Amino acid sequence: MIHVECAYYAMMRERSGCASESIQTEAKTPEELYEEVVSLHGFSPERAHVKVAINDSFATWETPLQEGDRVAFIPPVAGGCDHV
Amino acid sequence: MFELSELPIDPIRLAKECRNDGAGALVTFEGRVRISNQGRTVIRLEYEGASELAANEFANIEDETLDKYDVVAVTCQHRVGVLEIGDVAVWIGVLAAHRGPAFEACRFVIDELKERLPIWKKEFYTDGDSGWINSA
Repeated sequence: MIHVECAYYAMMRERSGCASESIQTEAKTPEELYEEVVSLHGFSPERAHVKVAINDSFATWETPLQEGDRVAFIPPVAGGCDHV
Repeated sequence: MFELSELPIDPIRLAKECRNDGAGALVTFEGRVRISNQGRTVIRLEYEGASELAANEFANIEDETLDKYDVVAVTCQHRVGVLEIGDVAVWIGVLAAHRGPAFEACRFVIDELKERLPIWKKEFYTDGDSGWINSA
């Protein structure tokens, strides 16, 4: 078990009712952790549309999680618009 | 240089601060709040950003820009909080010796920034509805 800090933004922050929370988890990767927080809060974005950041840098879903990591799930951003 | 700002963006001040004796060109871009989106009338909107991550990712975009184009500096300020129609949401300034690379790099920076920076926009409409944009 490790403790990680999960950060939520925008629609995920509204859905969970918190900007961040400490989670005790057996998840080894952000991929496993995302499954956990989806079942906890019922987040709607599919993982394919979400990015992950660990300690304020973008990371891959397979990065091994460490005790105390700050993990931010990044739902689709404002700018991905077809009009230029 | 990058900043997420809770205060109104001041394009005149930002442009004045873009100084470099070797730069003969300053190209700037202002993104403003538009009254309609996808056929709906917008009253106001709210931007929310992940500030540390945004600053780190902007630094990556800045490095890529300096590698790819013959420019000397890139500055960006992005608003967070509540914005009204016409308010400046994002400001970019690119300094270069000559105008060609400055124009090209400015376009590159705004395109990359919109794809990559962790900044979200919630629109509020005249019918009382609201929604996060591109919240797949």
